[in-house]
Amino acid sequence: MAAGVAAWLPFARAAAIGWMPVANLPMPVAPAEKNKRQDEMIILNVSGRRFETWRNTLDRYPDTLLGSSEKEFFYNEDTKEYFFDRDPDVFRSVLNFYRTGKLHYPRYECISSYDEELAFFGIISEIIGDCCYEEYKDRKRENAERLMDDQEDNKDAKPPNMTFREAMWRAFENPHTSTMALVFYYVTGFFIAVSVITNVVETVPCGSSPNQKEVPCGERYTVAFFCMDTACVMIFTVEYLMRLFAAPSRYRFMRSVMSIIDVVAILPYYIGLVMTDNEDVSGAFVTLRVFRVFRIFKFSRHSQGLRILGYTLKSCASELGFLLFSLTMAIIIFATVMFYAEKGSSSSKFTSIPASFWYTIVTMTTLGYGDMVPKTIAGKIFGSICSLSGVLVIALPVPVIVSNFSRIYHQNQRTDKRRAQKKARLARIRIAKQGTSNAFLDSKKNGLFNEALEFTSPEEEQHLRKTTSLLENQHHHLLHCLEKTTNHEFVDEQYYQQSYLEAGLQTYPSRSPSLSSRDGATGTCCTRRSKNRHAPLQNASGPPHMEPLTHQRGLQELSTIHILPLSTSRSSLNEPASLNCRITTAIISIPTPPETTPEGDAHLPTGPAHQNVVKVSAL
Amino acid sequence: SRVTFSFLSVRYRPERLDHLEQKTNFSKKELQVLYRGFKNECPSGVVNEETFKSIYSQFFPHGDSSMYAHFLFEAFDTRNNGSVSFEDFVVSLSIILRGSITDKLNWAFNLYDLNKDGCITREEMTDIMHSIYDMMGKYTYPCIGDNAPMEHVDNFFQKMDKNNDGVVTIEEFLETCQRDESIMQSMHMFDSVI
Repeated sequence: MAAGVAAWLPFARAAAIGWMPVANLPMPVAPAEKNKRQDEMIILNVSGRRFETWRNTLDRYPDTLLGSSEKEFFYNEDTKEYFFDRDPDVFRSVLNFYRTGKLHYPRYECISSYDEELAFFGIISEIIGDCCYEEYKDRKRENAERLMDDQEDNKDAKPPNMTFREAMWRAFENPHTSTMALVFYYVTGFFIAVSVITNVVETVPCGSSPNQKEVPCGERYTVAFFCMDTACVMIFTVEYLMRLFAAPSRYRFMRSVMSIIDVVAILPYYIGLVMTDNEDVSGAFVTLRVFRVFRIFKFSRHSQGLRILGYTLKSCASELGFLLFSLTMAIIIFATVMFYAEKGSSSSKFTSIPASFWYTIVTMTTLGYGDMVPKTIAGKIFGSICSLSGVLVIALPVPVIVSNFSRIYHQNQRTDKRRAQKKARLARIRIAKQGTSNAFLDSKKNGLFNEALEFTSPEEEQHLRKTTSLLENQHHHLLHCLEKTTNHEFVDEQYYQQSYLEAGLQTYPSRSPSLSSRDGATGTCCTRRSKNRHAPLQNASGPPHMEPLTHQRGLQELSTIHILPLSTSRSSLNEPASLNCRITTAIISIPTPPETTPEGDAHLPTGPAHQNVVKVSAL
Repeated sequence: SRVTFSFLSVRYRPERLDHLEQKTNFSKKELQVLYRGFKNECPSGVVNEETFKSIYSQFFPHGDSSMYAHFLFEAFDTRNNGSVSFEDFVVSLSIILRGSITDKLNWAFNLYDLNKDGCITREEMTDIMHSIYDMMGKYTYPCIGDNAPMEHVDNFFQKMDKNNDGVVTIEEFLETCQRDESIMQSMHMFDSVI
């Protein structure tokens, strides 16, 4: 029952008076309305903007947050209103839903923020009204595609402990992940090209001996071409078998287009090997060689543009089908007409209707070879009509195909551009967030020194304490507790890599990047992992890049608060810097890293590399 | 009540709240609640038959309530101009919910008497009965037989038509109903609707 008509329920019940006199049975007892509430107004305070509505309005949808008792969690006793710390603009749409029964999606609103608000208030998005549903679905699909693209980037991050098979598959699919894969990629590309060129050159007439007619190169240098062909087919076969082995789902791989192309490319050779003995089928064997040209399609693995073209054609299948159908119809019609028109004339080339097909096709596509021309006047008239209509029929579906291709191509361009920009964007975000993690390390350093050495005078200590907010203090205390629990410590990047270099370890210590799927849910929000760079010396100069290795979920939650007090943490960084210098000179036992940067670095009172150091993530 | 014509739509404003309060047996608050619901569904201020039917059908998703809604509309539309204004609406509701038993029964009779000639014929009652059974829909237990409405009509006439002249007049109707216990009891049900 729609909410709007809930107010008409008294009317519907009253209308039941028509049933009473005709009823044979007594009516059931009406539900008693105990403590019948007068309709009261409730105030919803959403981030300061007050919305007032009747309680009945909200009660229309009891399975949402506002319509159920869940809203009591947000009731503020002092101000006697319900307070929600959410976006008041989106809340307008939500409240209008209760009032009118229709949920609208405002176009200027971001789709993910809107979805979040809907989820918060317990409203399913399917009830968006027809007026706004199209737009909503389009935006949602765009967003999903974007998320998928981002997830594809995540694939670059190498998960640990991949089986050899998985590693191989990954190498095949993304050639730029490892050098080996890249080499393989280029080698196969080279051999495809070689194979295609071989096929082409094979048919070129080479120089002939004086007493013989010209022979194609293929027949002249049979052995050489055979060896070349064999080599290429060897490579392709090996490649195919390796892909087959590595594929996660062999059945699905065998059904995919690329693998079928691979098979078709190498099959003629093997069939040829088997069949050379039999002279009768050598003709068929020659035909099979035509299929070797399919090797050129193997290039589509190497070329993005080819894939887009293929995808476009697939997505325009219906338009192409229509084109084909209408062309066929027109061809048959005009061929028939031309045949009968030219029947009278002597020595007419239009010997039958199928023979006229050729004329019709050539004319409709405006080729006009001129090998068949009408001679009678009627024939000429119909011929001209044929060519005019040909232009129309072909011109109609083509723009659809073109626009499809353009859309997909541009989408692809945008994806690539976005990927390129993403790296720069993330780098900037990382630098901004660095300050927060450094704040902890700084305060820890200062705190430790304060504890251990009681170096600082009370005023300075108070000064330090004041510059860090209560929130930061509590957060730092928490991190400290964690350190104590695990008996590991948080260190700075520089120190870590320094100790790594010192220890001369070849393998990284245990790191467990939690590639949690929740990352996907938060989408492109904050945390990202970049590839672990194998060159530690990169950080020698300039601000240290906090390349995260460990990902601690709990940390992440709390540390997001720190994005706000960034300014305070930065200011607090400046002050301890002076302290820093004084302290380092005084303490000899603690290993000092080679450079101190203004961002601060950590000196660990505990030992060096053989202790398992755990790095803090770029929060 | 004024009808104002804008070039977009007809807007209809009801009489003043205090006038309506006098005309009907509803309190001010009740009228306010009723009007808010009314105006929400019909912003233009009047209900036409289509809207009426669609509103009513929302309460009966199982079956087809259009016929019964049509009869209701005829009963509500006291001025016979094809639309039900808020006054019509609230006046009728007042009779059904707050009127005396006699008023209620009169209203019901008016509903059944499709051609408003003062008596209910068998055909009229059959139509009414069919419309009521239609609202039940297909999925009932036990299954509604084809003869069920007819039997029910026969039942009705047997009970109401005292002089067996094939029609039920208002007097016969009132007399039979006032003597029937269950009908009287069900009439009291309306006291608590709003």
